[in-house]
Amino acid sequence: MPPTEKKALPAGQAPGLKFEKVVKRFGANAVLRELDFAVAPGERVTLIGPSGSGKTTILRLLMTLERPDGGLIWIGDDTLWHRERGGKRVPANQKHLHEMRKQVGMVFQQFNLFPNMSVLRNLTEAPVRVLGLSRDEAVERATSLLDLVGLADKADAHPTRLSGGQQQRVAIARALAMQPKVLLLDEVTSALDPELVVGVQDLLRDIARESDLTLLCVTHEMRFARDISDRVLMFDQGQIVEQGPPDQIFNEPTEQRTRDFLQAVLAT
Amino acid sequence: MEWDWHYTGDILPDLLDGLRVTVTATLLGYVIAVLLGLVWTLLRRTPSAVVNQTVRWVTEFVRSTPLLVQLFFLYYVLPTWGITLGPLTAGVIGLGLHYSTYTAEVYRGGIDDVPRGQWEAAVALNLPRSRTWLDVILPQAIRRVVPTLGNYLIAMFKDSPLLLGINVAELLNTAYTTGTHTLRFLEPITLVGVLFVLVSVVSSVLVRRLERRSHATD
Repeated sequence: MPPTEKKALPAGQAPGLKFEKVVKRFGANAVLRELDFAVAPGERVTLIGPSGSGKTTILRLLMTLERPDGGLIWIGDDTLWHRERGGKRVPANQKHLHEMRKQVGMVFQQFNLFPNMSVLRNLTEAPVRVLGLSRDEAVERATSLLDLVGLADKADAHPTRLSGGQQQRVAIARALAMQPKVLLLDEVTSALDPELVVGVQDLLRDIARESDLTLLCVTHEMRFARDISDRVLMFDQGQIVEQGPPDQIFNEPTEQRTRDFLQAVLAT
Repeated sequence: MEWDWHYTGDILPDLLDGLRVTVTATLLGYVIAVLLGLVWTLLRRTPSAVVNQTVRWVTEFVRSTPLLVQLFFLYYVLPTWGITLGPLTAGVIGLGLHYSTYTAEVYRGGIDDVPRGQWEAAVALNLPRSRTWLDVILPQAIRRVVPTLGNYLIAMFKDSPLLLGINVAELLNTAYTTGTHTLRFLEPITLVGVLFVLVSVVSSVLVRRLERRSHATD
């Protein structure tokens, strides 16, 4: 990656993450049951496991798209869903959530670009409205990020005119434009045509290597998981079954459930 | 009774004046309907149960009572409480208020149709609630409902003769008055029909064109 493009990436110390006895229920169905796990600052962690094992819920809790039913979620030294008041821990208000969210960015399976805005405006909207950048600063940042994802010529295009792979690149650039310290990737290549998958994965791998981001990634692509992560967590039924460096998880898994899962995934 | 072309030519200018009043009342009422409908929809979404339930019942009430009754209320009943409205003002308010309860439903549908992922992307980018509405949700929702809103303009236009009931000098009223003076109703009332058809057809064509355009840019 050329140095000018690297400059577009968020820099600075990234916070760690910690889940403490986190509970999340949907109706009667407990998706997470007192889940404990931690991610070190700047660590890149991939969550694998069968559908419905709560992996995406973890990302959605961190992005405040879902509210936990119990436990604590830490981003750095601060709790996401609670704040301190008079030495006591009280539920977070909108202001606290707004402050906490500044550190976190997310890329979605379905891209979720704003179809009523040009590609450029998708990238400048939040930096201008939320971070208070001037129009010129935001455009400059957006342009260097579009360069980074290889879409400099699409700035004025309408998102719906782009291929899925291009849309996802724009979505990645849009998340990075907010200069998050934590980046959440939720099955970001699942909705892509097979021939577009590798390009997006390689881009994310480069971004992960070149930046100081704390990265949390949910994927069914085992090659991608191996490429991008320092550590892989195998989930089943809201619990961590097994964890370790990718080589260990993929080559010598110790748990039967991991072996079954990998076999099923690799068979497809 | 034979059609009298000479008489037709004599009364046409008066009828066109009436048509102008009809169109004015419709357009002004429509502006109210389109804006107020959006206000209802947004108020229905406020977290305050008092506000959204009040709005719910008020709009339900207005939608379930006849427009003519509402016009009579505005024009004949309000003065007893010291609020006197001119016929055209009362008519415009009546049309706008009545149809705002329909446009509110249209907006609601349009907002519900915006995919959940759009809201989630807005949260992920930390956009404040107001910005999410103004920049992300409403532009998408309104684009979806423009053709439906256009159809309500035509429906409202066809309801406008009810303003006759509160003495607005609109098209039908003019035709009726002319008829009572000359005791010839064939030409004026037929012309009313023809003029309504003409304006409706032209507006329908415009609405279709709008519809195609909003589909083309999807």
